[in-house]
Amino acid sequence: MTPVKLYPPKPEKVYFFGTCLVDLLYPEAGLDAIRLLEREGIEVLFPEDQTCCGQPAYTSGYQQEARAVAAAQLDLFPEPWPIVVPSGSCGGMMRTHYPQLFAGSDLEERANEVAGRIHELTEFLVHVCHLKLEDRGAPEKVAMHTSCSARREMGLAETGPALLAQLGKVELVEQARGAECCGFGGTFAVRHPEVSAAMVEDKTAAIEEAGAQRFVTSDCGCLMNIGGRFAHQKTPVEGEHIASYLWRRTS
Amino acid sequence: MSVQSHDVQPQGVQTYSPREFHRQAHDALGNPQIRANFRKAMDGLMTKRRDSFGDWDLETLRELGANIRLRALAKLPDLLEQLEANCEANGIRVHWAEDGDQACRIIREICESHDASSVVKGKSMVTEEMHLNAHLEEAGIEALESDLGEYLVQLNEQTPSHIIMPAIHLNTDEISEILHDKTGTERTRDVDYMTAAARSQLRERFMAADVGISGVNFAVAETGTLCLVENEGNGRMTTTVPPVHIAVTGIEKVVEQLRDVPPLYALLTRSATGQHVTTYFNMISSPRKDGEHDGPKEVHLVLVDSGRSSIYQDDELLDTLRCIRCGACMNHCPVYTRVGGHTYGTTYPGPIGSILSPHLMGLDETKDLPTASSLCGACGEVCPVKIPIPDLLVRLRRESVGEGRGNVPGAGVKRTRKEAAAWKGFQWLATHPAVWRAGTAVAGKLKALMPAKLGSWTDYRTAPRPAGTTLHALVKRHQANKTHGEER
Repeated sequence: MTPVKLYPPKPEKVYFFGTCLVDLLYPEAGLDAIRLLEREGIEVLFPEDQTCCGQPAYTSGYQQEARAVAAAQLDLFPEPWPIVVPSGSCGGMMRTHYPQLFAGSDLEERANEVAGRIHELTEFLVHVCHLKLEDRGAPEKVAMHTSCSARREMGLAETGPALLAQLGKVELVEQARGAECCGFGGTFAVRHPEVSAAMVEDKTAAIEEAGAQRFVTSDCGCLMNIGGRFAHQKTPVEGEHIASYLWRRTS
Repeated sequence: MSVQSHDVQPQGVQTYSPREFHRQAHDALGNPQIRANFRKAMDGLMTKRRDSFGDWDLETLRELGANIRLRALAKLPDLLEQLEANCEANGIRVHWAEDGDQACRIIREICESHDASSVVKGKSMVTEEMHLNAHLEEAGIEALESDLGEYLVQLNEQTPSHIIMPAIHLNTDEISEILHDKTGTERTRDVDYMTAAARSQLRERFMAADVGISGVNFAVAETGTLCLVENEGNGRMTTTVPPVHIAVTGIEKVVEQLRDVPPLYALLTRSATGQHVTTYFNMISSPRKDGEHDGPKEVHLVLVDSGRSSIYQDDELLDTLRCIRCGACMNHCPVYTRVGGHTYGTTYPGPIGSILSPHLMGLDETKDLPTASSLCGACGEVCPVKIPIPDLLVRLRRESVGEGRGNVPGAGVKRTRKEAAAWKGFQWLATHPAVWRAGTAVAGKLKALMPAKLGSWTDYRTAPRPAGTTLHALVKRHQANKTHGEER
């Protein structure tokens, strides 16, 4: 795969890979992402047999199990449409690690082909849809938390903030150490709970100190972690997936 | 495969073990002084690094650094032979050590052949790795650390908490207290006073030392030159004042040509401390020659393998050996920043330590280290030689649970029947979509039965709740509504 990412023109159709966290915990975020895409005149195909990208097993070292789960997802996207994923983490898994998982196997070519069509949602909205937004919401101070996978694995530090910047009444506040991990890290939060907790405590403190009334993120792992921490400490800062936020303020 | 024995621990020195990562992390997290010292220091280092690269094309420079290191590793056996031949031709005596114990013996024997009773040391992590000081002390040879940070850590009977800044876990007041207690200086916050005091204490010792021991940053094969990067002049004193100099290095520190050094040096100093150059850059090419007035009469180079050649046998793991020991991965690691260096219980803490230590000590000792990362990628992003640290952490997790290549000592140590069965179960569900859908739908319906407590997660956060309906179900409804033109 070329390291330079070339974006296709806006397609007629896309596949949508919802991710297991969205499926189970934040389905409205997935539906809002679909609505945003449909509003751009794109038909959204939702392969019913999608389950999970396999990342939890992959990062836990369970390679065979991850490969089996990933292989099942490779069959879901037969037509050459782009595949949109509302998560930098799952998107990064599919784009970066699928080719590694299947290197040297019969599925290598298919894995590379599928990986080349993976786009994280905000990336797709900015670089393929060239989305234009009209803000209909009330004035609000918002912090953006870009997930580490979106930021570093997919190189997408700018797309989320770029979309929020289009919302006229939204003030995007700068948090201290914005690029630092929130401490979720999938099974990391379970295996090293105290370290993870120290990280999310600092993250919520930074968002609060920045004066944000709300935080938005493009990854439900971070949302569950940061939002769960705010709720636990009873701080009235709400978290929302960026798809829901954009849809809510512009529909 | 030689896994190093870690039985020899300095008497009275405060020790930490990678087996105790969780307990040590708990202690560090609960220690406000440690938290504050690391946070402040790491914030400063990150800023300095960023500023020092300024308008450099950092990616191009990192690419160059990575290529230089990869080229050296590709030719490693040949370059080591070339290094040996050129060093010998320059009058530097070369010794090979399979492991740390053998290296310690070689160094001790050199010291004994000169009836040495006192050794002065420049900063060297590889000698920390082999617990050289304890080994020399057992033989009645006193080893004094001359790097200021190392000196403080030694006075305080501790081990370094960072590979570049060994005493970074201490603040000014703590340092003042240590110097006061151990050397009788005044209690003060005057850094210049404390530095001057340490300097004069060390100065006498340089003059009296029988042997100087240093590390090596780059060993240049084509010229037989040993490069040493430092800021305090203690490296130069160590390598020039005593009559015998012993340089110790891991076999991976070799580079092919002299012209490989400037780019690596530029990357090293900026990545480590944000400096454009260090105060001292030493190039050691021979002992004192006839007619010269100073310099050691004998120079030795000890090349230490200690597990490195087995890392070298694996085409993924060998990337570990690119490391130039700048410490940027720890400075940028959100885990290291919070738990500090001692928590890891290894000579090399932080991300590089978590991918290197399993080879040196075995995964049975270090099984909690590869998981002590959220895989945020900050380490890989700043590594000046582009080591894919997150990928290597995942590779070692694979080895830990017995799904790798099985060539890392202790492979499979973390595999439990329960966890393996859980992941098999996950695999089965995620490859049976109809069952998956039924299961997630039921989870939603049963959300009222979800426990409010979810292990350690809910000690710090509220529990995630299934939404009551799945995206699968929402999409179905949405599509049906669209077909009937009833979209809300």
